[in-house]
Amino acid sequence: MRIRNIFLLISILPLAAVQGCRGELPVLPSEPVEVNPWDTVSGDICGFYLLNEGNMGSNKASLDYYDYTTGVYTRNIYGERNPNEVKDLGDVGNDIKIYGGKLWAVINCSNYVEVMDVQSVRHITKIAVPNCRYLAFKDRYAYVSAYAGPVKIDPDARIGMVVKIDTATLEIVDSCIVGYQPEEMAVVGNKLYVANSGGYRVPDYDSTVSVIDLVSFEELYKIPVGINLHRLEPDRYGNLYVSSRGDYYDVPSKTFIIDTRTDVCTDTLHLLPNSNMTLCGDSLYIYSTEFSYLTNDWTVSYAILNTVTRQVVTRSFITDGTDDNIQVPYGLAVHPVTKEFFVTDAKDYVSPGTLHCFSPDGRRKWSVTTGDIPAHIVFTHKPLIPLEK
Amino acid sequence: MDYYRKTGIVLPVVAVLLSVTVMLRAQDGVPEMPEDTLSEVVVTADRIREIVPAQKLAGQQLERLRSNSVADALRYFSGVQVKDYGGIGGLKTVNVRSLGSQHVGVFYDGIQISNAQNGTVDLGKFSMDNMEVLSVYNGQKSDIFQSARDYASAAALYMVSRRPRFREGKRNNLNFKARSGSFDLIDISALWESRAGRWLSTSANVEFLNTSGRYKFRYSREGGYDTTEVRRNGDVMYVRAEAGLFGNMPRTDFMVKGYFYWSERGYPGAAVKKDYGIALLNEDRQKDRNIFVQSAVTHRAADFYSFKVQAKYANDYMNYVMPPHSTVQPMDNHYWQQELYLTTSHLFSINRVWSASLACDLQWNSLDADGTEMFNANFIQPRRLTVLSAAATSVNFDFGLSAQASLLHTYVHDVSKRGMETAGDKSEWTPTVIVSYTPWKNAGLSIRAFYKKIFRMPTFNDLYYVQLGNRNLRPEYTVQYNVGISYNKTFRNAWFAGLRASVDAYYNTVKDKIIATPTSNQLVWTMVNLGYVEVRGVDVALMPSMRFGPVGVTVMLNYTWQKAQDFTETKKDEGYEGVISTYGDQIPYVPVHSGSAVLSVSYGTWDFHYSFVYTGERYMLGGNVPVNYILPWYTSDLSLSKVFSIGKTELGVTAEVNNIFNQQYEVVKWYPMPGTNFRITLSLTI
Repeated sequence: MRIRNIFLLISILPLAAVQGCRGELPVLPSEPVEVNPWDTVSGDICGFYLLNEGNMGSNKASLDYYDYTTGVYTRNIYGERNPNEVKDLGDVGNDIKIYGGKLWAVINCSNYVEVMDVQSVRHITKIAVPNCRYLAFKDRYAYVSAYAGPVKIDPDARIGMVVKIDTATLEIVDSCIVGYQPEEMAVVGNKLYVANSGGYRVPDYDSTVSVIDLVSFEELYKIPVGINLHRLEPDRYGNLYVSSRGDYYDVPSKTFIIDTRTDVCTDTLHLLPNSNMTLCGDSLYIYSTEFSYLTNDWTVSYAILNTVTRQVVTRSFITDGTDDNIQVPYGLAVHPVTKEFFVTDAKDYVSPGTLHCFSPDGRRKWSVTTGDIPAHIVFTHKPLIPLEK
Repeated sequence: MDYYRKTGIVLPVVAVLLSVTVMLRAQDGVPEMPEDTLSEVVVTADRIREIVPAQKLAGQQLERLRSNSVADALRYFSGVQVKDYGGIGGLKTVNVRSLGSQHVGVFYDGIQISNAQNGTVDLGKFSMDNMEVLSVYNGQKSDIFQSARDYASAAALYMVSRRPRFREGKRNNLNFKARSGSFDLIDISALWESRAGRWLSTSANVEFLNTSGRYKFRYSREGGYDTTEVRRNGDVMYVRAEAGLFGNMPRTDFMVKGYFYWSERGYPGAAVKKDYGIALLNEDRQKDRNIFVQSAVTHRAADFYSFKVQAKYANDYMNYVMPPHSTVQPMDNHYWQQELYLTTSHLFSINRVWSASLACDLQWNSLDADGTEMFNANFIQPRRLTVLSAAATSVNFDFGLSAQASLLHTYVHDVSKRGMETAGDKSEWTPTVIVSYTPWKNAGLSIRAFYKKIFRMPTFNDLYYVQLGNRNLRPEYTVQYNVGISYNKTFRNAWFAGLRASVDAYYNTVKDKIIATPTSNQLVWTMVNLGYVEVRGVDVALMPSMRFGPVGVTVMLNYTWQKAQDFTETKKDEGYEGVISTYGDQIPYVPVHSGSAVLSVSYGTWDFHYSFVYTGERYMLGGNVPVNYILPWYTSDLSLSKVFSIGKTELGVTAEVNNIFNQQYEVVKWYPMPGTNFRITLSLTI
């Protein structure tokens, strides 16, 4: 009889367990980490936001904040400040910029642009842009490049577009067709330059930079440059640096220079593979993670180019050997005042990444774990207001 | 059963029947099928039986679980993790003891189903309609009269479809089934079995299924958002047809079987943040067409020698489409796979104690594809020749000790039809040792242990997929150690009818794990031999059965504890302050605790069934940090069935309610599973 009771109990147990509530996941709190209490504010920069991309399909785009006044790095600040935003920031954060009092983030695979208040990181609105990629601003308008333009123009490969958003009403007011799979943009004078990659049209990569007249918002012409273009960085002398990713087989990654006065590609830097670049004064910081399907191997390299002499100043701006511990450099930023710089490590793309801060002479100051695929950094002049408990 | 008892004759049986027989002998799995359904299958195969039994679900027990697919039924096995990418049509794969789904060999009616392209078999595609036995082996089937491929995976799932059997005086069996319920499900099937003469029988089975795969799911955060969405683009339509010819002669058994499957489905994709006024986000479609013909002949040439010859030809087509109007990369890829397979195995029964076997398999696989220009230009059209040779020996001593040792040699040679460079030839030797000891004849207690080293070859995708594959990959090796104890006793004339229990502890390693790794951006990945995983686990199974007058009660309890840690070298941190280490973390989607409980009550023609599945907390990809945490889930399913007899005709009615507490859960993050759902099944047997 006793045994029977035991079995009865065993059979009922699961039922009883189910009656108890499983509970819901809470809104995840942010995670502050003190990384550099000795730091001080230099100039008018009081912190930076870092957008983590998150691997495709994982819905793990997230926002971190570093506060120069306290030396505290805080992971994952978006959720707790916007608990009612469904599924947090979404899938694959691709760009972040500050314009006026607003923080703009492009969430690529969730197909929208998130607009937040720069000091509270409170959600203001979302603007739907299919397969949106990068941001640019000029005067009253924001520009967003997007892979998914109208279908009817080329039924086999969707042409790209740039969407024009009124920053006052936060509504799309116009769009302009560009090349295939447009990436970064740059504003020089009254012209908007758009790097067309054609990444979905392999092996028929696009190889042009579209030039849009910002007054009429129409494409003026396309400048032939090189295949699979990605980044754009204007220098202080009217030149525009363009990165090409190559085709991962025979054509290597390179850097091109366009003269924006003539809109002609004037220079090709063959020995400057380029995955990402950022300008500080006359120094163009570049890293490259170049992969070849022929060798199934990849090469990581770093360089600083002087934009006046167009000569490579150094091939290793990390000087203390930390680069050996960086698996996949993925984000790059230079503090415009102190010249300290940041390199992120995306590791295996599915694990939390790392942000490394280096002194201007290339020695590591501090490191911190970020979200997944730390990628895009924007410095802020207005501090993030702490959350009231 | 007694492992040491020898009854002498080995009746030659086909591989299929062998498995059935083993099931009938009801070892470690679940309760036996009632005697009356078995009486027409009379086989004794004691000498070629297994040393260590498998986990099995068979007959009525399997039927009672009313699973949608084979994958659902596997949730009741211990040590098994089913990955379910949400929904009716979504991909479902099985992973045994955290070795990885590509290490699990999947066998259908005795011959392995392979997918040279990606190495995994989507178990969502196998219908439970005509399935009779499901068994899972850790290591390998410890029966030495088998093909070399049976030795060649780290764990194996055997699916055995129904084989014709007839009641006294009957020449034909007819069965019709109709099923309907949630997700706009319509599922109809027909089975015709016929006896042709003394030795021959035939079987034909057709099934059609259509479902919209639509269901509501909810995501919410405590004190935060709360959203209810509909799972869309999860529809499935398939047609399955099987036909078999079975021969059962005094010294020879044979079987010829044809299988056809056609399906069209949508892939619902990850339910990530989406849909802000933009339609057509997940429109991926997949079409499949699988055909195979297989045959097996077993002949007992002499008392001391039997042989078996099996052959198979498989032809598979798959089409995956991402339409150009979706916001992502358009794709329209076609894949054609073919396989030719031939195996012979030879069993030598040297004396009462000792037997030995040799098996040799030849296998040829091809993959052709058609996609984008880039894809076509760089696709090498791989062909692979695999030669597997296995030698095995087993001893069964009267004092209760049984042991088996096998050595497998694998030779793999790849060529490209287009003359492009392929991976180098592989030649690998891998051993297995299995020991079982039953100290007392009637105590029902036995101790078992095994050691197995095996690898999986990199698949065609791993090696050659355009803009992903890496032909320098090495095989991915696993090593398994297992010790266990089992107890199996039946009591006659007592309300407590019997108890089966087992506990196994194991330690596995996976070396040179083949993983996809990104290179320079989110679009450019490649495959590398990087991962190293250590798995420590305990599986516990407890199966009491009881009888209270006319009421029969069986209970099946399974529990698994598993620590599966990622010790991949690159995960080692540099010791920087502020950087979290994920080295040694539990690997994604493997719960530490998981289990299931099944209660079945039968009374006359009534059957009641309750099942409960529990999966403990897990982490998604990327380390055991708070953002990767996934809540435990547990579902309860109920079913009630009744059989009405009208003359010689039987009408069965089954009503089911699944996930009765409407738990909103995910097996894979962002792939939401259905809440409460219903189904009703009518079955007519003439």
